[in-house]
Amino acid sequence: MDRPTLTHLRALEAESIHIMREVVAEFANPVMLYSIGKDSSVMLRLAQKAFYPAPMPFPLLHIDTTYKFREMIEFRDSYTRQIGANLIVHINQQAVDNGANPFRIGTQNCCGFLKTRSLLDGLTEGGYDAAFGGARRDEEKSRAKERIYSFRDTFGQWDPKNQRPELWNIYNSRVNKGETIRVFPLSNWTELDVWQYIHIENIPIVPLYFAKKREVLVRGESLLPVEHDIPRLPGEKTQMVMCRMRSLGCTPCTGAIRSEADTLPKIIEELFVMRRSERENRIIDHDQEGSMELKKREGYF
Amino acid sequence: MDAAQQETEIESFLALEEGKQLLRFTTAGSVDDGKSTLIGRLLYDSKSVYEDQIASVKKASVNRSAGVIDFSLLTDGLKAEREQGITIDVAYRYFATPKRKFIIADTPGHEQYTRNMATGASTAHLAIVLVDARKGVLPQSRRHAFIASLLNIPNVVVAINKMDLVDFSQEVFDSISTEFKAFASDLDLGKLYFIPISALDGDNVVSLSPRTPWYEGTTLLDYLETVPIEGDEVAQEMRFPVQYVIRPTLDFRGYAGQVAAGRIRPGDPIMVLPSGRTSRVKNIATFDGDLAEAFAPMSVTVCLEDEIDISRGDMLVTPSRMPHASRRVEAMMVWMHADPMEIDKPYLVKHTTQQVRATVTAILHKVDINSLAKNSATQLHLNEIGAVAIESRKPLFFDSYRKNRVTGSFIFIDPVTNATVGAGMILDRTPTQQRSSKTALLGVEFEKSRVTVAERTTRFGHQPATVWLTSRLEVAYLVERDLFDRGYLIHVLADDVDSHLLPGLAKMSSAAGLITICSIASTEPEERERARALVGADRFIDIDPQTLSLHDEEAADQVCRLLEARGFVRRDYRGTSGDGI
Repeated sequence: MDRPTLTHLRALEAESIHIMREVVAEFANPVMLYSIGKDSSVMLRLAQKAFYPAPMPFPLLHIDTTYKFREMIEFRDSYTRQIGANLIVHINQQAVDNGANPFRIGTQNCCGFLKTRSLLDGLTEGGYDAAFGGARRDEEKSRAKERIYSFRDTFGQWDPKNQRPELWNIYNSRVNKGETIRVFPLSNWTELDVWQYIHIENIPIVPLYFAKKREVLVRGESLLPVEHDIPRLPGEKTQMVMCRMRSLGCTPCTGAIRSEADTLPKIIEELFVMRRSERENRIIDHDQEGSMELKKREGYF
Repeated sequence: MDAAQQETEIESFLALEEGKQLLRFTTAGSVDDGKSTLIGRLLYDSKSVYEDQIASVKKASVNRSAGVIDFSLLTDGLKAEREQGITIDVAYRYFATPKRKFIIADTPGHEQYTRNMATGASTAHLAIVLVDARKGVLPQSRRHAFIASLLNIPNVVVAINKMDLVDFSQEVFDSISTEFKAFASDLDLGKLYFIPISALDGDNVVSLSPRTPWYEGTTLLDYLETVPIEGDEVAQEMRFPVQYVIRPTLDFRGYAGQVAAGRIRPGDPIMVLPSGRTSRVKNIATFDGDLAEAFAPMSVTVCLEDEIDISRGDMLVTPSRMPHASRRVEAMMVWMHADPMEIDKPYLVKHTTQQVRATVTAILHKVDINSLAKNSATQLHLNEIGAVAIESRKPLFFDSYRKNRVTGSFIFIDPVTNATVGAGMILDRTPTQQRSSKTALLGVEFEKSRVTVAERTTRFGHQPATVWLTSRLEVAYLVERDLFDRGYLIHVLADDVDSHLLPGLAKMSSAAGLITICSIASTEPEERERARALVGADRFIDIDPQTLSLHDEEAADQVCRLLEARGFVRRDYRGTSGDGI
């Protein structure tokens, strides 16, 4: 008997849509954390699919550190307007006013103020009880054991010893007042899955992912795009280098890679050839042994 | 090659890549049997471990003063676990080959991590059970096999590891395989496959080993890439638990959900549970346009031809092939919390998209996970497994877990702490507690029958049904004649029998697989409700005499059509060949 099966991408899609619908059905006030990156773009498409023909039944929350690339902000504003999403931007203005930046206070403290603190404040202000995030288990070792529904106490903190077992596709959504969950609908996607899905679905992404000649500072293997007055070493000059971003973060902490990949198929081909981990060029994951785990315990996504 | 040509090549390569299937598998192993090494080897040899991750592991290995690359460090995740040197939770790993994408649920194998093994097994199509060639089939191997059987994993690979330490001896491999098969014959285990490997050296993991010339099978990776994974659930009766109602405008009302079993096409008749209302599928709406068909496990939105009140927790089903509907189920339960499971304590059961209050009414037995012996128990403690009887506040619509992992599974939640405390797999039998005093009075012990309702249904080619028809004996006999002529096993119970015995007799007939018309002189609500409870609401058709034509033959036709609408009989049905069901 003919038994149709789904391809891996359609199986992942079906799982993610199921997760989003469960959350919307069982939580009072969900929100989607929108980072503007490729994973967020995929999450947005899945959310459009999950509730079609209705509009997405939750707002998007962007935690803006004010150190994002200009092209990211432009993309954010135009794309969310185009699809009719309700975008909320949260900035830890007090920290920004007090001069929080990675050059002065170090990357750890900077993330603490502009991302972690700002995220927790943004969630509290909105009174959200569930927040979708685009994190994937293949990104980093400590994420391999992350649940799809990740429980946070009233302080937004994650206790790795106190997470609920998840069996089949049944999710326990019960929380006490003040407690929240982070939900990761892309948990089972890999970087390659994300790119392939963007390819078959023709999903718009920030142009920074595509290679072109950009003005950068070359420091060893790292290419630092010139934006936001990045402090220069004595005598250092910028160069025009054909490069692209593999992941998008804040300008001072996100390096570019040398690349000729200016189309989606070329990017995917490059992934097959290069096999370098995606977060390699994000400095924050390397600043301490087990650093992502520590950040998560404190409330970082 | 010019740029355009190159682009085309990439595109066709991508088309292949994007058409790959997904295999989820689980590994269970204990400390020292080489599980982490095996997974590390699979990840490494399939070249999906990124270079810099390997570089950072090299750094960590030095700290732990190990020599060469320790593959297990690629997989042991959290800091606390790394310090203890053991894996204590379910970790998910991903790799892909040109043929398939794989998700590994990597679980620890110790008895105190039974719940983790069960969690990892719950979504797996295949389990790898590791056996140390030097030690043979240990209690832990039996435990892993039992869990694979309990969670109904369709394929089990027994990887007999550390063959390098037994000189790649065929005798050792054969004797362990024989012993394992003997043990497995007591379990309802999926398809078994035995592979001699050395995870450390890579023998028979990705490439066939020259050191096992006697081995005629395939490598582990090859097996993972080729084992059939076409879901049985697609071939089954359609089940669609409603997750969420999408109603953006007055013109659109869609029921969002993930197909749990079978396939749905526009025009298909459906029944809504629990209301029993019927309709047809108008269209299957998606962001990418209407679909000609949806099948398990697709997430879609179904629109119906009729306006019916449907909400989350309801289930759309094929009317002719209904799930069980009952407040009482028996299930195998894996207990997942430090606070033991207590009889009569209030819990919440989450089953498909329903969440209702429930209690455990009895522990039928507890399974000793090492010997598989069944013992009596008054509680289930953390990591213990037992058969339990459960009573829920509202009916659940379920199939047995053996048949359907989605409609046959549930979790237990503690309503006070909100913790997930248990995981249940529904058994394919009528709960013993449903035995009523009335039927016992009749000396009927059909619960002990070795023949199940499902088997009778298959043999007879139709399901049992009980029709409650007041004051129209002639209509009952006309319906009996008509349906009997069409091949149905049907009879009339007229109330010349003592009327208080009618519910019990109806239950007997139903258990025997017959369609039964209870024709009674006057309405007795109490007896009708007892009959409904005994037979089960899903098999009970209460006919309101007000709605029937006064003309007997027309009324008989109405009753037949009602039975058709509820899916118990079909217009085109002929005979009891059994192949129609």
